Amino acid sequence: MSDGIGARVKRKEDKRFITGKGKYTDDIRVDNQAYAAFVRSTHAHARVVNLDTSAAEAMDGVIAVLNGHQLTGDGIGNIICGWAINSKDGSPMNMGAWSALATEMVRYVGDAVAVVIADTQAQARLAAEAVEVEYEELPVVVTTPDALADGAPQIHENAPGNLIYDWEIGDQAATDTAIAGASHVTEMEITNNRLSPNPMEPRSAVAIYDEGEDHYTLYTTSQNPHVARLVLSAFYNVAPEHKLRVIAPDVGGGFGSKIYIYPEEITCLWASMKTGRSVKWTSDRSEAFITDAHGRDHISTAKMGFDAAGRILGLKVDTIANFGAYMSLFSSAVPTYLYATLLSGQYNISNIHANVRAVYTNTVPVDAYRGAGRPEACYLVERMMETAAREMGMDPAELRRINFIQEFPHETPVIMTYDTGDFDGNMDKAQAAADVAGFAARKAEAAARGKLRGIGYSAYIEACGIAPSAAVGSLGAGVGLWESAEVRVNPVGTVEILTGSHSHGQGHETTFAQIVAERFGIPIDNVQVVHGDTDKVQFGMGTYGSRSGAVGMSAIVKAMDKVEAKVKKIAAHTLEASEDDIVIEGGEVKVAGTDKSMAWHEVGLAAYLAHNLPEGMEPGLKEGAFYDPVNFTFPAGVYIAEVEVDPETGVTDIVQFTAADDFGTIINPMIVEGQVHGGIAQGVGQAMLEHAVYDEDGQLLSGSYMDYCMPRADDLPSYTLDHNTTVCPNNPLGMKGCGEAGAIGTPPAIINAITDAIGNNDLAMPATPQTVWRAIQAAKAPLAAE
Amino acid sequence: MYPTTYHKPETLEAASATLGDAEEAKILAGGHTLLPTMKNHLAAPTDLVDIRGIAALNGISEDGGTLTIGATTTHAEVSNSPVVASACPALACLAGGIGDPAVRHVGTIGGSVANNDPAADYPAAVLGLGATVVTNRRDIAAEDFFDGMFATVLEEGEIITSVRFPKCDLAGYSKFPNPASRYAMVGVFVAKSGGSVRVAVTGAGEDGVFRHEGLEAALSANFSPDAVDGVAISSDGLLSDLHGDADYRANLIRVMAKRAVSAVA
Repeated sequence: MSDGIGARVKRKEDKRFITGKGKYTDDIRVDNQAYAAFVRSTHAHARVVNLDTSAAEAMDGVIAVLNGHQLTGDGIGNIICGWAINSKDGSPMNMGAWSALATEMVRYVGDAVAVVIADTQAQARLAAEAVEVEYEELPVVVTTPDALADGAPQIHENAPGNLIYDWEIGDQAATDTAIAGASHVTEMEITNNRLSPNPMEPRSAVAIYDEGEDHYTLYTTSQNPHVARLVLSAFYNVAPEHKLRVIAPDVGGGFGSKIYIYPEEITCLWASMKTGRSVKWTSDRSEAFITDAHGRDHISTAKMGFDAAGRILGLKVDTIANFGAYMSLFSSAVPTYLYATLLSGQYNISNIHANVRAVYTNTVPVDAYRGAGRPEACYLVERMMETAAREMGMDPAELRRINFIQEFPHETPVIMTYDTGDFDGNMDKAQAAADVAGFAARKAEAAARGKLRGIGYSAYIEACGIAPSAAVGSLGAGVGLWESAEVRVNPVGTVEILTGSHSHGQGHETTFAQIVAERFGIPIDNVQVVHGDTDKVQFGMGTYGSRSGAVGMSAIVKAMDKVEAKVKKIAAHTLEASEDDIVIEGGEVKVAGTDKSMAWHEVGLAAYLAHNLPEGMEPGLKEGAFYDPVNFTFPAGVYIAEVEVDPETGVTDIVQFTAADDFGTIINPMIVEGQVHGGIAQGVGQAMLEHAVYDEDGQLLSGSYMDYCMPRADDLPSYTLDHNTTVCPNNPLGMKGCGEAGAIGTPPAIINAITDAIGNNDLAMPATPQTVWRAIQAAKAPLAAE
Repeated sequence: MYPTTYHKPETLEAASATLGDAEEAKILAGGHTLLPTMKNHLAAPTDLVDIRGIAALNGISEDGGTLTIGATTTHAEVSNSPVVASACPALACLAGGIGDPAVRHVGTIGGSVANNDPAADYPAAVLGLGATVVTNRRDIAAEDFFDGMFATVLEEGEIITSVRFPKCDLAGYSKFPNPASRYAMVGVFVAKSGGSVRVAVTGAGEDGVFRHEGLEAALSANFSPDAVDGVAISSDGLLSDLHGDADYRANLIRVMAKRAVSAVA
């Protein structure tokens, strides 16, 4: 089948996107439309002394000005964190209350204190400026170390010392002993820089309250509309689930930031009921910088012990994670089960211990961002490996090979069981594609041009799928992490796939159709993928953690199994053959080895006509399935960056970038390559360009594209991609996931390459020209620097 | 954006009259700074006077080596002009490096010079070439025109009509763009006329564009990149921000000056 698994099919959805015909939340126009504008705190930490809305209420077009006391008074619940983490002493995490509209206290610049509902967006915004808020300013904490300092300002009463939890994993005593007995110990302080997510489409919500039906509809920019409905209903008390429909239409990128249910969506729903008007809110870019959940922001110290042959004996890590002013939906899981469980990397390490403390600061809440914990783990492990190789005078690829896990399944000391992989094979492919053997000559040639050329490796592993449900439940998750699907074969033979996965750039409408084409032998144009509407799709857990292939598509396969079984029964009955002899091939349902067949659509029609079905068979051809995986999946690969640094300015060019990935089975290589390209771009962004920076008063300095540096095409090289495939043994298609790999594997490869080029291993992300230039100066004059 | 009244006069006189009558008017000559500022509610002029409809303000001419560029001439027009390319290729190159194509087809030389953004490119050329800013009231020498960050000596209601660049023998411009905004973090314009060299630096100074006397003296004596190496470049008075502190900018002034010279020497 030309459209099936492995075909480089062009994306079905792109026609509407590139011709401007996509339908995003802000494109939704409804009757009785009003607009919301939020009044936001200009202080990072303050007591709200007085809120005077009288001037705003008198302004043209203003329908209502609503505040947090009214919101909580109506029983709207506080914002939840969906994963409970206990400290190592057994105590539950210290979670401060977060109301969608603040009442007494504001805790970051951007914290909403009131909302104006007006006839037009311009009127709402003008009136929001006219709301007078009197603040009593309080001392501010911005950085992670300051949050834990003695006498630091207290951000939430029930989190003494701003500590949310003090958690650990692994065997501390055994790890200490192993490292004490090492012949070489590498020690580093490692910072993972804070990022703003910046999806192309800003967040938006349209809330519609139907008083006659006592029913709510929310159009929103969500990666998981069913989870949004569940949380809005069960925890925020906006409406019971059967009275709330959530629709996430076309969504222009998420990268994690659209997983969460934010104050704005909650407020719009409530305000719609309150005012009797449909309420729309669309973030502008400035608002996005100060309200979309940020990513990363870890500081760590790490020690890795080696024996004389370079074998790793133990790894000890102490990490502090900045959660911002409130605990966002999955914040607690990111630096624990999505981070520390990946600290074994691709290596056979007998002893690992990680201690993680999470802290509050007066900054935007921090949560999962493309990779979510795994980039932080990969960066730490791969910077340590490269550094250790330099310190021990070993080839960095060879040090990795000595320590690669060779046998699967492999259980790490940080609770993961890697199912399969071929780490040497990945390294072989990457080294060949990158022509590592020719590096010395390229370096010499660059030196003749006055450029410093360096090479850096990263051997990443990640855990995707975020499952199985029972396992994550035992670790504190508040949800199950399966996926559901429904396959509807219409009477004319066309197929609708209803999926709980959500596409916001991933190309599901194409790849999901491809697996149907492969199975039933019909063109992908005859397959429609339906997603993103809680009224159409029964349930689903949404898209994040590179789970839509491994989990979402597996659910479709299970549903297709059921459809196929019924098709075979109908065909066997009609063609008077044994069910076991029926095969589906090239759009036909045949009796193997004979010329007896039915066209695919004839079977569909037969199912709905029901004139001649097997005894006792129900009419119709529609099956559903839920799929709950038995394990995470483990994509892995080797990335090799080659850079040239201009020593006069510190400007770094990535001159070559090679990625050899093992994603298991690939449905559409073109789409997978696109995911890798985008992921690498985001990884380069973190490594060299992007940084969310606050000043000491808690004002976001990098609050626009004048200062927050997004990757541009001319910052990036043409990538060299290769694949090494070991099929995942735990799901029917053998898929592992590809959505986050680039963002996970890239940063250490880049920093390892730059530090190799400049001869100074002390370099922080983002490695901006100034940062690199300073590191060059420090390497030149080590004595003068003292 | 707060409500404002838009005017598009066809003559300088009409523009002046509108500017005089309005409560708080702003001249619109491209709007790449003004309009985003208004959208962010950081500026609220009652009236916008768009001078791009005044034919006399647009165009490029050359007379005896003196290049005159009308105030509403876009960066793209300057960068693509054979007249500019022949009279002062460095100026064409500078204009072609401002922003991106969309910016270059709307932004104008008059708007850029009047706004005097400390990170804009044109002020370096105006000061480096010793140009004259011509207004509807007077001629102003470049040395006298710029008056600190985002400030000029332009008076209320005064409209730039053109910028006049004198002939020079050699000129070069080298810019180090801010990684995020791509404005100049440091831009150095070097111009040689006879035995005299002028060096203007944009992007780096706390008071906006400035001439660097040390570089001028060294390059007047020896117009070669090597001459730059011996010059002490102080970080006093230089900007520090997220992307580069004063020391880094001082280094970039040296490197960009060398590159500007080596491109033409």
